[in-house]
Amino acid sequence: MAQDVGKQYEELLKKYVENEDETNLYAAQQVSRKFIEKKISPEEVISYHKTSVEEIFPDLSARIGPSYDFLIEVMIHYGLALMEHQSLIRKQEALQIEMDVAVKVQDMLLETSIPQVEGLDIGVVSKPAKKMSGDYVYFIEQGNREACVAVADVMGKGLPAALCMSMIKFGMDSLRSQATEPQHVLGVINQIVEKSMDDSMFISMYYGKYDGSTCTFTFGSAGHEPALLYRAAEDRFVELDAKGLLLGIRKEVGFEEKSVVLEKGDFIVMLTDGVTEGRNSDGFIDEEVILDMLRQVKEQPAQQIVDYLYTELFKMQNYMLHDDFTLVLFKKE
Amino acid sequence: MDNRSSVEIFTEWDIVAARQLGRNEAKTTGFGTVDQARITTAISELARNIYLYAGKGKIEIERLSTNGMNGITIIASDEGPGIPDLRKVMEDGFSTSGGLGAGMPGVKRLMDDFKVESEVGKGTTITATKWLR
Repeated sequence: MAQDVGKQYEELLKKYVENEDETNLYAAQQVSRKFIEKKISPEEVISYHKTSVEEIFPDLSARIGPSYDFLIEVMIHYGLALMEHQSLIRKQEALQIEMDVAVKVQDMLLETSIPQVEGLDIGVVSKPAKKMSGDYVYFIEQGNREACVAVADVMGKGLPAALCMSMIKFGMDSLRSQATEPQHVLGVINQIVEKSMDDSMFISMYYGKYDGSTCTFTFGSAGHEPALLYRAAEDRFVELDAKGLLLGIRKEVGFEEKSVVLEKGDFIVMLTDGVTEGRNSDGFIDEEVILDMLRQVKEQPAQQIVDYLYTELFKMQNYMLHDDFTLVLFKKE
Repeated sequence: MDNRSSVEIFTEWDIVAARQLGRNEAKTTGFGTVDQARITTAISELARNIYLYAGKGKIEIERLSTNGMNGITIIASDEGPGIPDLRKVMEDGFSTSGGLGAGMPGVKRLMDDFKVESEVGKGTTITATKWLR
């Protein structure tokens, strides 16, 4: 086989030195592709060349031959570098597959379904910037009456972040039947995180609970971006912020708890900094821009509002996400 | 035994002597130019490792003829510090492209069979064989 390609090379070279025709150069390109396909190393190619030259110019070979041996010696390391490169690519492909599995596991682990609560329309969009997200949204529904949501941003990404999220999820699940007040929930999750995570990992989290019977939204925040409340009657936005330290910093932390009553057409937007710190070519996207966008689509269903906002901001950032992007919208019908 | 010869490695010049010996033996065994260059490069890398990390050691070249197969074996031995983490040394890194040399994975690729025995504090013996096809 090796002789075949060597012979082919020789014939081509012979033709080329006779007429220096482009057709033969095109054929040479095809041969080069075949060499690569057959994993023929650079030093072997030179050895074909040497043999071919010796055949075509027998009278020159004694003088030129050693120079090819010299070149072969030089090319050995190129051949090795090529093999190493190929092996690293295979390794990368294997890692990619492992990563895909990890992403699937994350998705499964973090699955959540949107609560169905009388009079409340919920929309959510959460997009990772890379393969694994550092943002996390988890909903809990209490008998068609109450909808709770946690919006968290884990600082530090990848696998450790995913593990951290499962902690939030199981913390919330374990509280499901008991108290769901923001103060309490944030306090318990803070203790879990503080106990189990190393010091380099921090989580900011916004937690809100909507009670359908009183139309009241109660919220607390652990160092998270404030939520935005749109007051339909006044056509203005209000920030919903509450005092609280990031999760995992100190064991005993108090979390402020506040509440607002929603009127018809009001909506609350909870988000992560991937939304507010979106960048375009001129710098950060201004918050006013985001508020204007929200105003434009305020009459639409919750899911359409968040989808619209995501698409527009994604466009403004030249179709690139610099950070994980999460929006949750509670709209009073 | 005429089919086994060796070069002691003390200085960088000895690396050249080991290469020369390996090339001659490879030629005698019947290897072509490309394989000669590969065997010599492997010897060079192994001798260089001895020179750089153990200070002194030995390169032995043995011509083989078993079951109608001919080949050549390089045995590089030293009483240096040994290799603490074999797995790491055998991993593909960026040594070649970084210009540091072919490293152990490179030597393994240049030859057909490859074996390392190393004990920390005692030394290292690397045996690598290439068969004539």
